Amino acid sequence: MPEEILRITHIAKEYRMDGVVFTALSDVSLTIRKGEFTAIMGPSGSGKSTLMHIIGCLDRPTAGSVFIENHKIAMSSEQELAKIRNEHIGFVFQQFNLLRRTSALANVELPLVYAHIPAKARKEKALAMLAEVGLQDKTDNFPSQLSGGQQQRVAIARALVTNPTIILADEPTGNLDSKSGAEILQLFENLHTKGATIILVTHDEHVAAHAKRVIRLADGVIVSDKKGK
Amino acid sequence: MNLSEYIKLALRALRTNKVRAILTMLGIIIGVSSVILLVSIGTGLQEYVTTQFQSLGANTIFVMPGKIDLKNMQSAGTSMMTVSKLEVSDIEDIQRGSSVVAFASPAVAGAGIITYRGKTISTELAGIWENYFQIMNFTAESGDLIRQSDVERTRKVIVLGDKPATDLFGDSDPVGSYVSLGGVRYLVKGRLAAKGSGGAMGANIDDHAFIPYTTALRQFNQSKPYMIVVKTLSQADVEQASVDINRVLLRRLKEDDFTVMKQTDLLNTITQFLSVITVALGGIAAISLLVGGIGIMNIMLVSVTERTREIGLRKAVGATPRDILAQFLIEAIILSLFGGIIGIIIGALGSLALNAVIKTYITPWSVMLASGFSALIGIIFGVAPAIRASKLDPIEALRYE
Ligand SMILES: Nc1ncnc2c1ncn2[C@@H]1O[C@H](COP(=O)(O)OP(=O)(O)OP(=O)(O)O)[C@@H](O)[C@H]1O
Ligand SMILES: [Mg+2]
Repeated sequence: MPEEILRITHIAKEYRMDGVVFTALSDVSLTIRKGEFTAIMGPSGSGKSTLMHIIGCLDRPTAGSVFIENHKIAMSSEQELAKIRNEHIGFVFQQFNLLRRTSALANVELPLVYAHIPAKARKEKALAMLAEVGLQDKTDNFPSQLSGGQQQRVAIARALVTNPTIILADEPTGNLDSKSGAEILQLFENLHTKGATIILVTHDEHVAAHAKRVIRLADGVIVSDKKGK
Repeated sequence: MNLSEYIKLALRALRTNKVRAILTMLGIIIGVSSVILLVSIGTGLQEYVTTQFQSLGANTIFVMPGKIDLKNMQSAGTSMMTVSKLEVSDIEDIQRGSSVVAFASPAVAGAGIITYRGKTISTELAGIWENYFQIMNFTAESGDLIRQSDVERTRKVIVLGDKPATDLFGDSDPVGSYVSLGGVRYLVKGRLAAKGSGGAMGANIDDHAFIPYTTALRQFNQSKPYMIVVKTLSQADVEQASVDINRVLLRRLKEDDFTVMKQTDLLNTITQFLSVITVALGGIAAISLLVGGIGIMNIMLVSVTERTREIGLRKAVGATPRDILAQFLIEAIILSLFGGIIGIIIGALGSLALNAVIKTYITPWSVMLASGFSALIGIIFGVAPAIRASKLDPIEALRYE
């Protein structure tokens, strides 16, 4: 069995609004092994994004622990969380979240800037990654000069450029038409065959079919966890 | 991220919003340039006064009526209205009572409206003795000075300073001509050599005319000298002479009736007064710098709000709170520093341009103060928006619309 790279134990997330407590996640535990391609499914509001944010160290759980490569993440230190996000996590968002008026190349370089990689090496890595997602001709384009699918590829290149431990994609095809959506999925498929560890949130059973493991959430709890083929 | 990365980042951010950056800098530019300009004017004034006083000679003592407290300039104005209790006989007493007094002259002053061939000018007119010219280091350029014989005979003769001479006679020699002073005819006996260093203020010392003391008493309808001017043998004797003069005059007058003013006291007081003005001018200008700083804070707060999603994304890919803090702080510092540099250049150019009219001196301290202050303002007013940016929660920031 491949080594374990991510484990979350008894994760709970509560939101407090005007004194009313809303439980978005309760007692969620799961383990991800190296090379796994996992889809997370569930109705809207079931806590998929919340879970992804906690796994990606973007948000803190109310209770429970996150382990990355068997190392327990200290949720109290912003400094440490930033370092984990930079080194271990590659996050792909539904809304792409590229910097405006910033070239595709500079967008992809961004995580490397915070990893203190020298400018020259940064550029080389970013160019290589853009080529890998098929955008070698668009490196100087601003996001506004790219199609939605191309923008999401830039975002994927940005997520991959640090060679992260795990790639998290929250509805990466949600804002795309079916054709560019399919291309993006193909990209994830290719990454998976090259050995990348991926967690992907989707509403689409079709998309989920690409994954080797499907976790279903409802009302903040895991209701099923199937490992296919 | 190292400093040069932050600087590049800040420059790029400022470039994407050039107009706003320039307008924000404007506050700092105006503040810094006015600090430099106003301080350079104040300093120029001090320099000017100092050189003027030095040209009068540092071994001069003025005996004025009334009590003048140089530490408290308020009473200086009232002394002008004090009835003089000085007498011409005091001069003799002073010369007898002190071994270090070289010359002494009474002076009585009034406004001089001088007319020559339909042209009328106004100048400072003083009635004096022959000695006065030696005391004040005046020399004749043409003709002769007022002599003691003129004083004894109450002659209606006048010696013109450079400015009234030029104003009335242009380049031609006034000596031998007659001018009218309040309807009385005076023979122009001499013209003084120019002393002033030129410029609008520089004409002051040359803007005088002199007539014999006795003639002046009659002309101004006075009976006592307004002032006694004394010159000591050397500069080292000034202290001794002022003690002697005090002692001599106290035999006849009360403490409050007169003031012995040394040239150096006067100079110190005036420079002190001018330096207070200089600092005050600089201070007023510094307030506009403060306003500029608030402008920077305002724009940085707007910028942080506008770029909330950017901040969230940067955090999501690994920016630490310190990275974000530094990014915005350096942006604010660059804004104010650029504004400061442009302000220094404009202030210096303005001060050079003004030099044609008023003497100005750009002092290193005002430049240092202005640039240091503008950088400081960038830090002080940039830190609050930067802290706000660094504390943003990444998820909330990414959701921000
Ligand atoms: N900041 C917040 N404050 C209060 N409630 C929140 C907050 N963020 C999320 N929630 C609530 O938590 C629940 C889970 O939200 P989450 O975004 O994880 O859902 P999701 O499964 O991703 O839904 P979708 O498929 O629509 O994206 C929702 O009911 C949501 O209203
Ligand atoms: Mg969601």
